[in-house]
Amino acid sequence: MKKTVFVGAFAATALVSGLAHAQSTLEQVQSRGELICGSNTGQAGFGAPDANGVWQGFDVGFCRALAAAVLGDSNAVSFVPLTSQTRFSALNSGEVDVLARNTTWTFVRDVDLSMTFVGTNYYDGQGFMVTRDLGVSSALELDGATVCIETGTTTELNLADYFRVNGMSYEPVPVDTAAEAQQQYLAGACDVYTTDVSALASSRASFAEPGDHVILPEVVSKEPLGPVVRHGDDQWADIVQWTLFALIAAEELGVTSANVEELKAGSNNPEINRLLGTEGGLGSMFGLDDDWAARAIAAVGNYGELFASTIGDQTPIGLARGLNAQWTQGGLLYAPPFR
Amino acid sequence: MSDTHAQTVAYVRSTMIEAADPPSSQTGAIKWMRENLFSGWLNTVLTLMSLLIIWMALAAVGPWLLNSVWTAGSLAECRAVLDGTSGACFSVITDRWHQLLFGFYPPEFYWRPVLALILLFVALAPVLFTALPRKLLIFTALYPFVGYHLLWGGSVWFPVSAALGFVAGFVAYKLLGKVNNLLAIFAAILTPVLWWVFAAGAFDAALSSVMPLGLEFVRSDRFGGFLISLIIGVSGISLSLPIGILLALGRQSDMIFLKTVCVVVIEFIRGVPLITLLFTASLLLNYFLPPGTAFDLILRVIIMVTLFASAYMAEVIRGGLAALPKGQYEAADALGLDYWKAQRLIIMPQALKISIPGIVNTFIGLFKDTTLVVFIGLLDPIGLSNAIRADTNWNGIYWELFIFIGLLFFIFCFGMSRYSMYLERKLKTDHR
Repeated sequence: MKKTVFVGAFAATALVSGLAHAQSTLEQVQSRGELICGSNTGQAGFGAPDANGVWQGFDVGFCRALAAAVLGDSNAVSFVPLTSQTRFSALNSGEVDVLARNTTWTFVRDVDLSMTFVGTNYYDGQGFMVTRDLGVSSALELDGATVCIETGTTTELNLADYFRVNGMSYEPVPVDTAAEAQQQYLAGACDVYTTDVSALASSRASFAEPGDHVILPEVVSKEPLGPVVRHGDDQWADIVQWTLFALIAAEELGVTSANVEELKAGSNNPEINRLLGTEGGLGSMFGLDDDWAARAIAAVGNYGELFASTIGDQTPIGLARGLNAQWTQGGLLYAPPFR
Repeated sequence: MSDTHAQTVAYVRSTMIEAADPPSSQTGAIKWMRENLFSGWLNTVLTLMSLLIIWMALAAVGPWLLNSVWTAGSLAECRAVLDGTSGACFSVITDRWHQLLFGFYPPEFYWRPVLALILLFVALAPVLFTALPRKLLIFTALYPFVGYHLLWGGSVWFPVSAALGFVAGFVAYKLLGKVNNLLAIFAAILTPVLWWVFAAGAFDAALSSVMPLGLEFVRSDRFGGFLISLIIGVSGISLSLPIGILLALGRQSDMIFLKTVCVVVIEFIRGVPLITLLFTASLLLNYFLPPGTAFDLILRVIIMVTLFASAYMAEVIRGGLAALPKGQYEAADALGLDYWKAQRLIIMPQALKISIPGIVNTFIGLFKDTTLVVFIGLLDPIGLSNAIRADTNWNGIYWELFIFIGLLFFIFCFGMSRYSMYLERKLKTDHR
């Protein structure tokens, strides 16, 4: 008797889960009225809760833009802090709808872990920071150095590759978090601190004497960071992808959060009209209304505005656009045409 | 003779000498120091070395602690105030203490967790101190529902309908207890389950629509900081003791099926690291549950932590049971007590008394293990310290946060430890 109940309950669960699986991510988000965004447990400038518990940052801004596009409210997001170990399982198990958390796009993650990387919102690369006293001006002079390195990240593998290719040896000092790495490095436990250049810059800005530390010119890896969704729901992947492209294209076309309302009334540029939904009816093609991109831009600004307000050179993080400039400015940002 | 006598009288005292103070080397601080610190060349050397180490530690940390800044708005301002001298920047605590304590709990409702904590002590008092009136235990039994409602809020009818399940079970037990004991136990288990599955939802919905009462609902992702550690720790501690006792008794049982189940549960859970159980709670469970089921993460973690602590608790109590002389069991049998009466009146009071240090050890370990939830992304104090550092104002702060968090945990763990020593003294009946 008990067994039958158990089997029955299990079958019912399986059936319900099967039915719910049939629901697309977009439908789930819309019926929930809230986007669940996998975020960082705390990285300066990219994603962290502020003193009032409101999440702020560059990746967080992307999630808010997505929520504005899909739900019409940039605050209808709940942020789930994920560690680098739990992020992919959380996405795959359906705990989060989208992952916007400094995740490097690699072959294995894309293919073997069944992720869909929809694009790149920040082009990073791995660099090295040393104290000025060390008198080193190039990473090629680091033979035999002790290196503070965060475990379980792509930087660990890149470091091994770089030193092997250049026939050098190093002694790793494994650390768990950026805060621990800074302490070890400042205490002299390692000569070199290596991680993504953006994180090195924000670390250095927090030191008591930033001038005593140099970031070496070599960038030893490609770290395209971008939003990630689950394999198998192409409609949702398209929505996330084109929201990112909409922010990038808006900067290229000169659409800002300030003038988006005005331009929405109609302009002479047909591409702007298609982006903002006055022509073409693009939004309805993936199940949203035509104002989706206008709402996203109005919520967080275009890519350039979002960058400037969270990590740009006017902020304490102080990152230059570099590779993250528009293709017309010598950068890598290149949104496909909206037509 | 009289001369002699007269002569002696001249120098023999007629009164007693006033009792003199003992020599200074045999009294007070000096004696204590001679006996305890300098009682031989080896101990003298050890004392001097210890003093040197203490002095070095104080000299290293003392100025840094004394020269601390409490009111700056950011690490950079702290540095400006310190002006190159070494000093702690406790301004981060001034700025963010509410986050370290409450997480992102809405500030206008801070009174709710505070009240829940005060009521927790009220509910614990009759359990901890037998001198208090036993009537207070009624409040203790109600506290889980009161506490839940204070912390999470929502409709007041939800905890009420959950509590009614237990009432239904109790009533069923009382009614059938006159007929058949075994039947009554089954009914006591089955009735609440039936109530929760079939009736509780409707009851909750009906009363909520008729009489919408209750505090404003606070979502679980607003919980954080020390609040989350306390919720997980207190629930884990209070649930793991009864479950641990049942598991320990099950393991001692003669019923082969029951015994096997208990052994497998205990050994499996003890053989798996807590981190693995937490990852299971946060990630794996979602694969089995239908998508969209909002099975609260905090609840999942509490269940896993409780299971983990129960397995350890069972072994601690089994140690206490094993330490009891066989004569005690036989005496209980000779008195004609049934199994439960023997356990309740003779075996458990003695076994638990023996196990107090081990039980409190497990409690303290469990409470500190709650910080492991940082690995599944819950913002406990350690997790929040990361989030606070991600604010550019406080990026680079390190020790100050850990000192504050350590102090919070120390207060609670030290309290538990002192209480267990008090309890041991109070229950001491032997003459060893």
